[in-house]
Amino acid sequence: MKTFSITAAITGAIAFGGAGAAQAWQPTKPVEFVVTSGAGGGTDNFARMIQSIISKHKLIDQSIVVVNKGGGSGAEGYIHGKGGKGDAHRVIFGTNNAYLLPYVAKLGYKFSDLTPVAALALDEFLLWVKGDSPYADAKSFVEAAKAKPMGFKMGGSQSKDTDQTLTSMIQDVTGAKMIYVPFQGGSAAAVQLAGGHIDSNVNNPNENIGQWKAGQVKPLCVFSPVRLAKGEPVFDGKGWGDIPTCKEAGLPIETFQMPRTVWLPAEVPADAVTFYEGVLEKVSQTPEWKEFVTRTAQTGRFMKGKELTDFVAKDDAANKKVFEAEGWIAK
Amino acid sequence: MDNIASLMHGFSVVLTTHHILLMMAGVLLGILVGVLPGLGAPNGVSLMLPLTFTMDPVSAIILLTSLYWGALFGGSTTSILFNIPGEPSSVATTFDGHPMAKQGRATEALSFAFLSAGFGAMAGVILITLLSGWVANFALRFSSPEYFAVYFMTFASFIGLGGASPFKSIVAMGVGFALASIGMDSVSGNVRLTFEFDALLAGVSFLIAVIGLFGIGELLLTMEQGLKFEGVAAKVSVRDVLRTAAKLPRYWVALLRSSAIGIWMGITPGGPTAASFMSYAMAKRSSRDPAKFGKGEPEGVIAPETADHAAGSAAMLPMLALGIPGSATAAVMMGGLMIWGLNPGPMLFIERPDFVWGLIASMYLGNVVAVVVVLATVPIFASILKIPFSIVAPLIVMICFIGAYTVGSKEFDIWVALAFGLVGYVFKKLDYPIAPLVLAMVIGDKAEDAFRQSMIFSQGSLSIFWSNALVSTLMAIGLALLVLPLIGRVSLFVRGRKPVLNAL
Repeated sequence: MKTFSITAAITGAIAFGGAGAAQAWQPTKPVEFVVTSGAGGGTDNFARMIQSIISKHKLIDQSIVVVNKGGGSGAEGYIHGKGGKGDAHRVIFGTNNAYLLPYVAKLGYKFSDLTPVAALALDEFLLWVKGDSPYADAKSFVEAAKAKPMGFKMGGSQSKDTDQTLTSMIQDVTGAKMIYVPFQGGSAAAVQLAGGHIDSNVNNPNENIGQWKAGQVKPLCVFSPVRLAKGEPVFDGKGWGDIPTCKEAGLPIETFQMPRTVWLPAEVPADAVTFYEGVLEKVSQTPEWKEFVTRTAQTGRFMKGKELTDFVAKDDAANKKVFEAEGWIAK
Repeated sequence: MDNIASLMHGFSVVLTTHHILLMMAGVLLGILVGVLPGLGAPNGVSLMLPLTFTMDPVSAIILLTSLYWGALFGGSTTSILFNIPGEPSSVATTFDGHPMAKQGRATEALSFAFLSAGFGAMAGVILITLLSGWVANFALRFSSPEYFAVYFMTFASFIGLGGASPFKSIVAMGVGFALASIGMDSVSGNVRLTFEFDALLAGVSFLIAVIGLFGIGELLLTMEQGLKFEGVAAKVSVRDVLRTAAKLPRYWVALLRSSAIGIWMGITPGGPTAASFMSYAMAKRSSRDPAKFGKGEPEGVIAPETADHAAGSAAMLPMLALGIPGSATAAVMMGGLMIWGLNPGPMLFIERPDFVWGLIASMYLGNVVAVVVVLATVPIFASILKIPFSIVAPLIVMICFIGAYTVGSKEFDIWVALAFGLVGYVFKKLDYPIAPLVLAMVIGDKAEDAFRQSMIFSQGSLSIFWSNALVSTLMAIGLALLVLPLIGRVSLFVRGRKPVLNAL
């Protein structure tokens, strides 16, 4: 009986706690999910996945409307978020571009116009070369690139964005000089590499998997402190877990990852932030979310509160250093 | 032979009651959006897109492509009966189609239009069937210089053959380029021409421009012309249709030439609008009696219609295999593809053969369904335009504005559409062509990106456009398209004859 009463007490406490939180802040009208990329982009998949998990598990009582505002590399979405100052019914989905965009272009919002809520995953970057290229590992690729300054072409998505920042870091640590060619998106960079028009790219796993499956491209190393989770073999018996980290492969960049982030407008009630933290934490524990993270070969990592702000501060500083060295800071 | 086997597999995917019903629904809706000025195929498809998110990709693409075929047919109907192109791509059909209708040959004009459109579409689909395997490999040979060469070729053909004076085409194109450069520039990562105005950050969508230029612009003109549509009662009887069908083989040269132009313009990203104009110009230039054009010459209907539909169906190929949309509607559908979780590209043919071949099979069936449905429903749809203009006009304005808002869920876009309506009106009054402006808005920024990426590749040397056989050939064709008609005009002018193209 004693066990029963303790269980009952705990259950009661949880129920009460839940009810307490519910009374604190609840959405009172449909919630708008603002996606800072076009339909079909990485951020779009991220937001729509969360939307489907929330509705499946009924984590929010109100309905959810997803709008794509991907103009200006996502700035359109953040500006839309800024417009909802004090309104916690507008949730903005993005990456680290939330705090990095205002450095490189003169835009209609500042990072202080957003309230951090959570990050749910880290998207990985890999060094890819053409499937039939002679380079078996990152070291031999870097040596070849060093031997031929401005002879190697690195393709990436957009300009002054993650791909170009990472390219700049690679050049910095290795002393190689490459030509960076910005394309419209990761899929274009993938096709250009498969066709042999560029020598390498630093695409996310999800952007190159189609070409890797066909053997048109191959990964040399991953810019992550540890190897990716072991999964199904993708091509030639090799899977994500078989790819060495760049540090082991002789390319000394410890880590370069892109957080998948969620924001609210400025000046929203503190308990609204708590509400969304709770919802998103539950999302990150569902099997559907774990399946999504594995399928897209991202690293699942839930961050909120101080952990998140610390991560942001560190990531912000590392990127800003590159921007300053390259002279990208917009005046 | 592999392709034929795959196609048969495709038919087995498509031939279900559910899919045939979707096809018919799509075609009917398409005819409706095609008939209503301002609500063209791109709008129709983007309005339907959210409905397809819960469908499986094969059903979704069948619905959207059927809607597209229907819209292309509906657009020709209003061009011929009312001189209002329901679609940008059916503008050229008005040149001879409407005079035919006024002479009481509406049935003949409509039947010619639909049957030749069906022929063009079939030619496009057959090409896709035969070439799709090859295109997937060919696609990989395209890099930035090749893309630029294709865009250059399209622009060149517009200046050379587009119709209005080359000078006016260039001006219209220039305005389009300026509009296309608004917003974030992906090559430099800087913001351009927004004047620190947040609403312009995402650029100006060509969909909104088309709604304003054609929908609202056309209404303003109609209002000026006395508040009524110049409608002509249309009755389509089976006997007349058959009689016209029997006459069609006489125009086999026009049919084949127009199909070839259409297919080419669909595969390269010229699009149906460019194709129909080009085909009309070619028909007129190669005719023994060019003076008959513009006064009710059947070939003036057959040429643009065949090319329009051949381009419309062939445009599916670069969309699927390269990820470049060959028309505005294909661009919207490509957005859909990505939302359904499909990545357009060479691997789509290998990874999702059921989707690709289901789509191709549905194009055969969809066009047959469309021809049948369109011939049967023409009188009904034509009667919409018998409703007094004072009732129809406000409805059209409403539809245009709803369409403009839907594109990006922004109030600002409604004002942009209105502004484009005024631009369209002024352009027509001053006899400036609208098509080059739309063309430059659709592919202007892509052409710019491709050019600047090429310059990064070559470290600033223009020789990259002559660096291999493929890109050299494309550039040479582009230059020839640009220069040859001008030489033709000059020589005609020197000999003191009125240039043939002036009347276009």
